[in-house]
Amino acid sequence: MNKDEYKKLVDKLTPKENKKKNAFWAFMIGGLMGAIAEGLVTLILKCFAVSEVEAYQIVCLIIIFIGCLFTALGFFDNWVSKAKAGLIIPTTGFAHSVASATLDYKKDGLITGVGANYFKLAGSVIIYGIISAFIFAIIGVIIHG
Amino acid sequence: MASFKFNNVYIKDSFTVAGPMEAEGQIHKFDLVMDDYYYQEKTLLDAEIKMQRVVIDNLLYKNKMKGKIDLLIGGDLSNQISITNHNAVNFDIPFLGVYSACASFVEGAIIAANFIDTKRINNAIVITSSHNLNAEKQFRFPIEYGAPRALTTTFTATGSVGIILDREVSKFKLESATVGKPVDYNMADATHMGAVMAPAAAIALKEHLTELNRDINYYDLILTGDLGEIGSKIFKEFIKKNYDLKMKNHIDAGGEIFLSSQEVYSGSSGPVTLPLVLFNKILRTSKYKKILLIATGSLHSKDTTNQKKAIPSIAHVLSLEVMA
Repeated sequence: MNKDEYKKLVDKLTPKENKKKNAFWAFMIGGLMGAIAEGLVTLILKCFAVSEVEAYQIVCLIIIFIGCLFTALGFFDNWVSKAKAGLIIPTTGFAHSVASATLDYKKDGLITGVGANYFKLAGSVIIYGIISAFIFAIIGVIIHG
Repeated sequence: MASFKFNNVYIKDSFTVAGPMEAEGQIHKFDLVMDDYYYQEKTLLDAEIKMQRVVIDNLLYKNKMKGKIDLLIGGDLSNQISITNHNAVNFDIPFLGVYSACASFVEGAIIAANFIDTKRINNAIVITSSHNLNAEKQFRFPIEYGAPRALTTTFTATGSVGIILDREVSKFKLESATVGKPVDYNMADATHMGAVMAPAAAIALKEHLTELNRDINYYDLILTGDLGEIGSKIFKEFIKKNYDLKMKNHIDAGGEIFLSSQEVYSGSSGPVTLPLVLFNKILRTSKYKKILLIATGSLHSKDTTNQKKAIPSIAHVLSLEVMA
């Protein structure tokens, strides 16, 4: 059996991921997260004398804090492995990735451990986030002037 | 050719420390179970070192062999097998560290058996361990990240198993062995280790049978290491298509530790999987007389997988006889 034939055998016997089901749940849970955040924004706008921009910033901070707290308390990873992209894509996922990497490396020292590995997973999000923001800003300027 | 028969190598005793999740699985009788993943230590590395230390301490104490062991052979999954090294330093025993990923235990046993059979040494301890959280940190994502997994992923078992090999006759005899060749079937997916390792297991099995001139039915049981559910299917299909072999009795240790409700995807993996199942389940039943162990290892590192290099895999074969 050569390598190509073997690959065919492996493909035949490897179960396929149910992409539609995963996408559905990611949409539902991600959507639920969005709805909760919107609810919080409305609540903050009603209760406190803040502008809409400030309200969104506060909600973002609350969600990041909750993401980190739940990670530290040790049950957020179970939620992520079930909800998958539904919890990874929102800000919760970013906070969770930073917190979980920090927990992993807390015994490896502040510089060589926590500091060096803090953005282990989130680093990609930041770097490509900045690059794409830069590109889209240029496109925006070209189109809208 | 690297197949050989042993005349006088026996397993004098074995000892197991199992993790908390393993104890809730299919096997209920372990020598010792850890209450939690830290095992009263400050770090997970220390926990795994302690697991190995407890195993060796118990083997020495139970058999009154302190100061009488000629050689210690061990391996684990950590970088530079640091856990085994840090454990070995606690004992005043000559030490060989080995690595062939999840086949390390059988590799160690084959080396020790050769030393003993050729009368260079009288006895040896072979040890291995794996710790789910240490393996996760090293090979996959941060522990608390809970990254979604592919259906083909295996779950590293937590535990440590050690054995004393000796020339003195006892119930379990190491009968013969085959050292496997590393194979490359262009599989680069470290989340599908069953597919990476299945050809190595198949080729090593075929070599063993050919070189020792045996029929596959000579063995009452063929126990593979940690191919997992999907890997086992590939393995069976591979030996059927290529060598026209059919096993009458095959068990994959990867499917024998956890319950399906424990969500371990394709099954259990790690160097401890095979000895954990062998000594705490298979050998306790005395159902099988001639057992063939095929331990499989996926020889990748995080760097080689990130650079999409095809993963070499290896399988070592050891034949075990249960004496009447």
